[in-house]
Amino acid sequence: MSITIENLHKHFGAYKALDNINLEVNSGELLALLGPSGCGKTSLLRIIGGMELADSGKLLFHGEDVQQRDARERNVGFVFQHYALFRHMTVFENVAFGLRVKPKKERPNEVEIKRRVHELLCLVQLDFLHDRYPAQLSGGQRQRIALARALAVEPKILLLDEPFGALDAQVRKELRRWLRRLHDELHITSIFVTHDQEEALEVADRVVVMNKGRIEQVGTPDEVYASPATPFVYQFIGNVNLFHSRDHAPWTEQHGDAVAYVRPHDIDISRTAQDNTALPVEVKLVRAIGSVVRVEVATNGSSELIAIELSRERFDTAPLLLGDKVFIRPRQFRVFATGDQHELSAT
Amino acid sequence: MAQFRAHSVLPGFNLALGFTLLYLSLIVLIPLSSLFFKTAELGFGGFWDVVTSERVVASLRVTFLTSLAAALVNTFFGLVVAWVLVRYSFPGKRIVDALVDLPFALPTAVAGITLATLYAPNGWLGQYFATYDIKIAYTPLGIVVALTFIGLPFVVRTVQPVLADVEAEVEEAAASLGAGRWDVFRRVIFPAIYPALLTGFALAFARAIGEYGSVIFIAGNMPYISEIAPLLIVAKLEQYDYAGATAIAVAMLLISFALLLGINALQWWTSRRGAR
Amino acid sequence: MSTQTNRKISTQESLAVTLLLVGIALAYLLLFLGLPLLAVFVEAFKKGWALYWAALQEPDAWSAIKLTFIAAAIAVPANLVFGVAAAWAIAKFEFKGKSLLITLIDLPFAVSPVVSGLVYVLLFGAQGWFGPWLQAHDIKLIFAVPGIVLATIFVTFPFIARELIPLMQAQGKEEEEAAVSLGASGWQTFWRVTLPNIKWGLLYGVILCNARAMGEFGAVSVVSGHVRGMTNTMPLHVEILYNEYNAVAAFAVASLLALLAVVTLVVKSLVEWQARGQGVRLQN
Repeated sequence: MSITIENLHKHFGAYKALDNINLEVNSGELLALLGPSGCGKTSLLRIIGGMELADSGKLLFHGEDVQQRDARERNVGFVFQHYALFRHMTVFENVAFGLRVKPKKERPNEVEIKRRVHELLCLVQLDFLHDRYPAQLSGGQRQRIALARALAVEPKILLLDEPFGALDAQVRKELRRWLRRLHDELHITSIFVTHDQEEALEVADRVVVMNKGRIEQVGTPDEVYASPATPFVYQFIGNVNLFHSRDHAPWTEQHGDAVAYVRPHDIDISRTAQDNTALPVEVKLVRAIGSVVRVEVATNGSSELIAIELSRERFDTAPLLLGDKVFIRPRQFRVFATGDQHELSAT
Repeated sequence: MAQFRAHSVLPGFNLALGFTLLYLSLIVLIPLSSLFFKTAELGFGGFWDVVTSERVVASLRVTFLTSLAAALVNTFFGLVVAWVLVRYSFPGKRIVDALVDLPFALPTAVAGITLATLYAPNGWLGQYFATYDIKIAYTPLGIVVALTFIGLPFVVRTVQPVLADVEAEVEEAAASLGAGRWDVFRRVIFPAIYPALLTGFALAFARAIGEYGSVIFIAGNMPYISEIAPLLIVAKLEQYDYAGATAIAVAMLLISFALLLGINALQWWTSRRGAR
Repeated sequence: MSTQTNRKISTQESLAVTLLLVGIALAYLLLFLGLPLLAVFVEAFKKGWALYWAALQEPDAWSAIKLTFIAAAIAVPANLVFGVAAAWAIAKFEFKGKSLLITLIDLPFAVSPVVSGLVYVLLFGAQGWFGPWLQAHDIKLIFAVPGIVLATIFVTFPFIARELIPLMQAQGKEEEEAAVSLGASGWQTFWRVTLPNIKWGLLYGVILCNARAMGEFGAVSVVSGHVRGMTNTMPLHVEILYNEYNAVAAFAVASLLALLAVVTLVVKSLVEWQARGQGVRLQN
């Protein structure tokens, strides 16, 4: 089922949680809402799920306005950040809940409920835990049970609020891949909220980057990483070096008061100045981290460090030493007028 | 109206809040407001005449002084009891712990007749005091005994959880810096539990001021000496002097309110000092 | 090794101090709690079983017991419904004036029991606001059973609400939201999700509420009129017997109330123990 959001606004008191949101979610895609805490991503998810009401704007499921529809009538599966499993019910009863509360006419019989629940528990690979209570499960297991519970009512849309937020790093990575595989199997239109860029880029079909209640960019993971639409996206996704026009005129002069954004791996280092746009710098730090070598350099008299990433191979062809005087030049960069990035802080 | 409450998917807000407000108004607010309307009928002059009459002033003095004494006794011993229950283990501790709540569970009239019997000059305990010519039952001292019983759980129950939450590490840190046990208590533990202790004191004090059932049996109820204000209210009611009874009730409420406000201010002041 | 022992000593009191503190605490509790509890039963059985039984089988005693149960049987369910409704509104929703509402709910605890009775006399008594109207319609509330019930409801008003409000606030509303998103109706959510989560707190509140309802003296005394066999509850009956110097009978009835207190404490401890096993923290 597709979702259309038009001119959506939401205030909490004087605080603007959502400011004119327009978004199209395609049927069957896995979409990530990415942004720092307080950017409005969870509010947007809760509005789609019917947990909150928008102040104004349209929300359409498959072309049909659902704003007036109760949460329970939207046919949306919601996975809560802290799972919200019913603590007094077994895993089985948790998953069966959505089936048991159906109106009598639609309610499957006990045999059917049993079959469906076990099917779902097998799907999340936790059938052996069916008689445990939530308190007896690990975080990752709770997460998967919460998902099975949401899927039990066969939702047309699946919403996940920070699905991996409360898990430790190792489990996160595993579950991430597992969710992607599961989505490929089920093809339910799914939206998940996250503040972790790596998670969004790895799992989602498309990423919506949000900041301060606005959408900064919508695109595939590759698009938002390779061609960020705004300074915010540049800074939020991946690492970036900022070159102000007043300090590094060569790259930004034609733009007036502006800032050039350059990824650390988009910078070339050479011993000699190829042309007059190259910047003379001194090597301040060299550190090999696995297959990547991280080099930090500074221009003459500046304490601001510029981060550069080189592949190990490339580094080995021309090794650098602390204190070396070299020249750097960006292969690829984007320039934004200074006024546009007043809300940003440097990486 | 839209700003009155935040949206929620959960139903039943109007029903639940509506019923709550209706029930609250019918059972509590409207009846209590009658106190002030009745006092207003009396006028300020009439009110002042009632509450400054010699017998009323004496009863208020007895009430507040005995309540203060009982609350102080309970603050000291309550702290010791809480300390013992949190820090030490001994056989039967769970039973002792449960027994602390007895004054909440035992009807006050039962406590009253029992304490009166125990502390009467010929009672189990009263006879020992009688040999030293100390009368407890039927004197203000008896009132203090009854109010001590009534207020016993408050300090224990407010201090207990706070004391349990004082981290052992903090004490160990203080000890490792060379503080002796008494220093650790005075400088580390006591400041942490002081607000709870004050709360417990305030609760015990407030409860004692209003207490009636347990006191009247042991007090002897002699006007000017051992007559408490709640008893005077009942006496006025029995003479159908509604206005007089109400005036005393309002005076009691105002004085306790002022006292609690003072205690709250003190607590606020000390907690701010602690935060700095 | 020697530092280890030093460390241990420095965060604990010496044995002498420990024993002294335990001694003071136990002596204090024995003197003020243990002894009175024991005395109730000793005084009740002082003149033997026969007199004890006779005192309890007296018709007036019986009617007092009945009235006490009636008052509690009305007051506790009424305050239970109120407590659940208030806690639902306060814990699961955000609205203005919430903390004022919580303060108002606690109000009856701040009022002397005698004043609790007095306010109903002012409303419904012969010279009260509604007194003339009630008299004209031949309805008697004060010095009658309805007044006793009302006063009992008033003094036990906050018990269940103040138990449930913090408990439900701590539990949050995510589970209820999850239930609704899975298609459950309001009632289904309440019965299947909320109620099972608060049952221990609810039971705890009911026990405390019931103990106070059955034991209330001051408020009931003011509105009762003390008509033997008619408007006497057990605590009032105890008073009458005691004032008639019928100590054995007074303590016999009192022993029933003391037994109720003991049962209350036992059940209360059991509930606390159960709740702690499920990670629920109850308010005393």
